Amino acid sequence: MQQDDVTLMQEPNTEDGNSCLPELVSHLRDSRTQLREEWAQRITDAQLLGAMSEEEIFSEVTSVFDKYVDTLETGSVESLQEYAEDLSERIIPRGVETHEVLGIVLLLRDVLARSLFQKYQEDFKLFNRVLDAYEPAANRIAVIVGVSFVHERERVIGQQQATIRELSTPVLQVRERLLALPIIGELDSQRAGQLTEQLLNAVRSNRARVVVIDITGVPAVDKNVANHLVQTVRACRLMGAAVLVTGLSSDIARTLVTLGVDLSMMDTVGDLQGGIEEAERLLGYEVRKAPIATPEAKG
Amino acid sequence: MPVPILKQGPYLVASIQDALSDREVLELQENLLKQIGEVRASGIIVDVTAMDVIDSFASRSLRTVALTTRLRGAEMVIVGIQPDVAFAMVQFGLLMDDVNTALDLEEGLEFLDSWIAGRTFDDEE
Amino acid sequence: MRNEVLVAITSDRDVVLARQTGRSMATELGLSKSEATLLATAISEVARNIVEYVGNGQILLCIVNLNGMEGIKVVASDSGPGIENVEMALQDGQSSGGRLGLGLPGARRLMDEFHMVSEIGEGTTVTMTKWKGPRRG
Repeated sequence: MQQDDVTLMQEPNTEDGNSCLPELVSHLRDSRTQLREEWAQRITDAQLLGAMSEEEIFSEVTSVFDKYVDTLETGSVESLQEYAEDLSERIIPRGVETHEVLGIVLLLRDVLARSLFQKYQEDFKLFNRVLDAYEPAANRIAVIVGVSFVHERERVIGQQQATIRELSTPVLQVRERLLALPIIGELDSQRAGQLTEQLLNAVRSNRARVVVIDITGVPAVDKNVANHLVQTVRACRLMGAAVLVTGLSSDIARTLVTLGVDLSMMDTVGDLQGGIEEAERLLGYEVRKAPIATPEAKG
Repeated sequence: MPVPILKQGPYLVASIQDALSDREVLELQENLLKQIGEVRASGIIVDVTAMDVIDSFASRSLRTVALTTRLRGAEMVIVGIQPDVAFAMVQFGLLMDDVNTALDLEEGLEFLDSWIAGRTFDDEE
Repeated sequence: MRNEVLVAITSDRDVVLARQTGRSMATELGLSKSEATLLATAISEVARNIVEYVGNGQILLCIVNLNGMEGIKVVASDSGPGIENVEMALQDGQSSGGRLGLGLPGARRLMDEFHMVSEIGEGTTVTMTKWKGPRRG
């Protein structure tokens, strides 16, 4: 067994290896139809890419096979890398996992190695030289495809995190003139600023008169968080909207007052439901249970 | 150009049209206080929608009008503070807790109407 | 876009001009509306200080670029009598004989960087910067 990790990322550089490459490439091209079918079959057998149909798998297999052989031939990885990134972008949203991508690339490596064995089994020395050429190149390709996939995944995750951050402070219109802002998660200065801006713009565009800010989902309400809240309340008020803060326990409120936070400006109501009821009252709504229609009443 | 002050029912409405220099802010202050005595208005609306910034000088001047108006038995309401201006005022630390504010002119009128209604009710008590 | 604009400050009209120039530079550079308003408000305060306490001076507005961050730097300078105690002038509610008061500490809160030097008999220079925030479109 000729395993040498050090050569993993290197180009095939032995003279023998180089002289074998053209022959190897033309063998793989000649056997294209058979090899890619075999590869697709093994992907299906290994239950990889379950999210994709057989036709889709076959079409991707064909493209990857051709790029793979091109890369073996030219040593230039750009076109394969580009394809790998593009492929990753397409399959990540469909839930394809990292192990599946690595799995299919390694399967191709196996399929091709077996085919080489079949062709060169008569001449063991030649076979060794062919493997010398093939293995480093194949490993390099596997690494490129794997890394492209992981990079793409990280990019997608980063994007999703940004979206989650924005969605995590949704300003909801509960009724005409009434907004609710349930804050979930830590509240640092940057996020507090973003949140205030978002809320103020929503006050303007929804012509809100009352805003209910619920902080039940904020894990630690310290002096900073409280001061941010006071600022948000003040800014809303300057625009003519009253603010009710809900989810602030009386224990925390007392601690904050001890710490010197001026909460006099802040109207608080126990929980979100109570806050919305109070807001509705401020807006002049009267909330009543609708009379339940009884069978007698119908008749 | 001085800020136009119009009489609308029992109220005076000052609509600021552009960014104001300090002198223009002082003129507005004087004109409002003069007119509220002359026309016996029961309320003032100052529409600041067009103001680019409300800094310490502008806010102090507006607050002075509001508190003086109150001493005359009337109320003032500032309307149209924009989101970015409100944000800057709060970051700055400009407190206007004792000044009435409303979203826009319509809301301001409604505020003064209900304030008068409340006052009449109190008188009857 | 000009990278540097000098506004001479001699009257209350110049206060408006300085802050409006600052705002338009900030907007062109891509600062958000809120950031531009914070900047304009701070400029208004330092410009007013010049008019009110010294009579004339100047405000230099320039685009700065540092470690990939972009922002607007404001240098407000005068050749007035100077301020004896800079630290005190920057404290909330401190106004030596009606001087300064809320203006400077407020302006400092609006900016990302704020620095003031003063020499008695020489004058005062306030240097302050507002950076373009992250993830602004």
